[in-house]
Amino acid sequence: MRRSEAKPSPATVEAAALNVASPAARLSTRDLARVASVGLRTRRLRAGLSALGIAIGVASIVAVLGLSSSSQAGLLAEIDRLGTNLLTAKKGQSLTGAEAQLPLTAVPMVDRVDAVEQVADTGTVDDADAYRNPFIPVAATSGLAVQAASLNLPGVIGTEVAQGEFLNAATAREPVAVLGAAAAQRLGIDRVYPGERIWVGGQWFYVAGILEPAELAEEIDASVLVGYAAARRYLGYAGVSEGEPTIGPPSTIYVRAQTDEVEEVQSVLARTANPEAPNEVDVSQPSDALTARAAAESALNGLFLGLGAVALLVGAVGVANIMIISVLERRSEIGLRRALGATRAQIRTQFLVEAVMLAVSGGAAGVVAGVAATVVYASTRGWSAVIPPEAWAGGIVAAVTIGAFAGLAPAIRAASVSPTEALRTV
Amino acid sequence: MLELDAVTKVYGSEPPVAALRGVGMTIRGGELVAIVGPSGSGKTTLLQIMGTLDRPTSGTVRVDGADAARLDDGELAALRSRSIGFVFQQFFLAEHQTSLDNVADGLLYAGVAVDARRARASAALDAVGLADRESFRPNKLSGGQRQRVAIARALVGEPAIVLADEPTGNLDSASGAAILELLEGLNDAGATIVVITHDRDLAAQLPRQVEMLDGRVVRDATVLRPLL
Ligand SMILES: Nc1ncnc2c1ncn2[C@@H]1O[C@H](COP(=O)(O)OP(=O)(O)O)[C@@H](O)[C@H]1O
Ligand SMILES: [Mg+2]
Repeated sequence: MRRSEAKPSPATVEAAALNVASPAARLSTRDLARVASVGLRTRRLRAGLSALGIAIGVASIVAVLGLSSSSQAGLLAEIDRLGTNLLTAKKGQSLTGAEAQLPLTAVPMVDRVDAVEQVADTGTVDDADAYRNPFIPVAATSGLAVQAASLNLPGVIGTEVAQGEFLNAATAREPVAVLGAAAAQRLGIDRVYPGERIWVGGQWFYVAGILEPAELAEEIDASVLVGYAAARRYLGYAGVSEGEPTIGPPSTIYVRAQTDEVEEVQSVLARTANPEAPNEVDVSQPSDALTARAAAESALNGLFLGLGAVALLVGAVGVANIMIISVLERRSEIGLRRALGATRAQIRTQFLVEAVMLAVSGGAAGVVAGVAATVVYASTRGWSAVIPPEAWAGGIVAAVTIGAFAGLAPAIRAASVSPTEALRTV
Repeated sequence: MLELDAVTKVYGSEPPVAALRGVGMTIRGGELVAIVGPSGSGKTTLLQIMGTLDRPTSGTVRVDGADAARLDDGELAALRSRSIGFVFQQFFLAEHQTSLDNVADGLLYAGVAVDARRARASAALDAVGLADRESFRPNKLSGGQRQRVAIARALVGEPAIVLADEPTGNLDSASGAAILELLEGLNDAGATIVVITHDRDLAAQLPRQVEMLDGRVVRDATVLRPLL
């Protein structure tokens, strides 16, 4: 420190000036992080409260996106489980609007198609109604369909027997019925007791079993199912084949196609089931409805995302506000830093980074909360939790952007604080 | 080390306040200078202009050989970080940091790595007699000790010149005298120091006294120290 007291020559002055005029040193990332976190570390409660708005906004956005993805994934998993290879062919209407019929040969014809794996069918017995007992007035229709069903129906439509058993070769010829899930409920039968009977088409039928809900064939839920032979014998549901009376015709055919041939099967199904009038057959793919529902659910999200965005905006105002107050309060710190050799740009960076850190800490807390909410809710619904990467990454990016915008004006203000005034005693 | 030539400073415009009305002064390396004068005479303004925290309205300021008027904000900041140390009446210590970290921050903007900053801060604290207070926070220190920490922070970068604005102003007279003694000791060890005080008795002990009044230097006396 003690230097030569001799008057410096112009050359050394110039050299010293060059040395002195070297630009200010940059702060290392670690130093910047330490300096920029001073406000957060020393005023934790305030920092926490001001980051809360951003935390809430990010949490709600992450949770909304996570929940909708999880519910969609749940629905798709359900569709997957049920299979997308189920097709139905129903009797439609003729050109004149009269109700059409499927030919008796429809089922064996469809079964003959190569890519068809399984075929089941039901025939609606239009003039039979089902009641709990004979004393209920006929006018009070139960709204239940009575259907003749093939013995492999539950397996093909992807449902199971909840209680008792399904029809078999023996019971299909007897007055025995199996109830769809909704039908059992409406008839007030929740357990299958030996000897349990219902009144179908003016006749007692024993209840053999109750089905689980059939998600791909909801019409079965509200049905009372009997064997084709029983339908013919006890309910008069019959057809005519080559002049001979026989069992009744199918009204809906359920087809399981090979998964990669579904479209091909769909395109030939109507023609195969009713070669003479293919346009009188309605062909559909029941999983379509579920897929459409999965798509529809994501449309609802816009509203909630909007609410999340409002919370973020409020959070941004909170951060800007707290940063402005912070700059006013920390004038002497700013003055001191300038005296210690901080440039205006370094002061600006310090406060800008502080605002970003504040917002990002809120954003990170929001992501954690949003993920937790999604995981908890998904587990109660039996879905696996799915957090789309754009949800959490978007939350963090939004927080960084908000911090930068909210911190910009306060940071510029901090950089313009006059060190002399900030350091004056007065 | 530090040269002022015909420096004036006028604050504001309605009405303009002339805080300095033409000050010329040269401070050589190794000097210990006391600036005295009544309140409002322009001492703080002079010190801030010497420290390049503010630019003069007219006149030139040379610090460590460089004309301050020719340097931009970044270069002035670099100059302050390397060549000038400040001590203030209110200490301006960071309450949440230990003495050691407060002192180490004196090198924060000089591009020194953190380990070296700490090591040098430790030595500087030792030099002001606070080696055993490194891990204390300011609120656990007396006023005199706080000012010593602030002095260590000003000294840690081994600046060409230390500028102290009423460092004893917030202290009782015993601690104030001790601080002045410390500054004398540091000066003996080689530091160039300018200290503002309005305690004439304290100033009278120092080798050179500059007296200000109404923005002018009215007396600049160098007392030859008696040889022991
Ligand atoms: N920022 C400012 N704006 C206007 N006037 C100022 C400002 N700073 C100082 N002054 C005036 O300049 C004069 C000198 O002030 P100062 O340098 O603080 O004196 P001292 O430190 O000797 O008490 C005073 O009259 C003061 O009011
Ligand atoms: Mg003053």
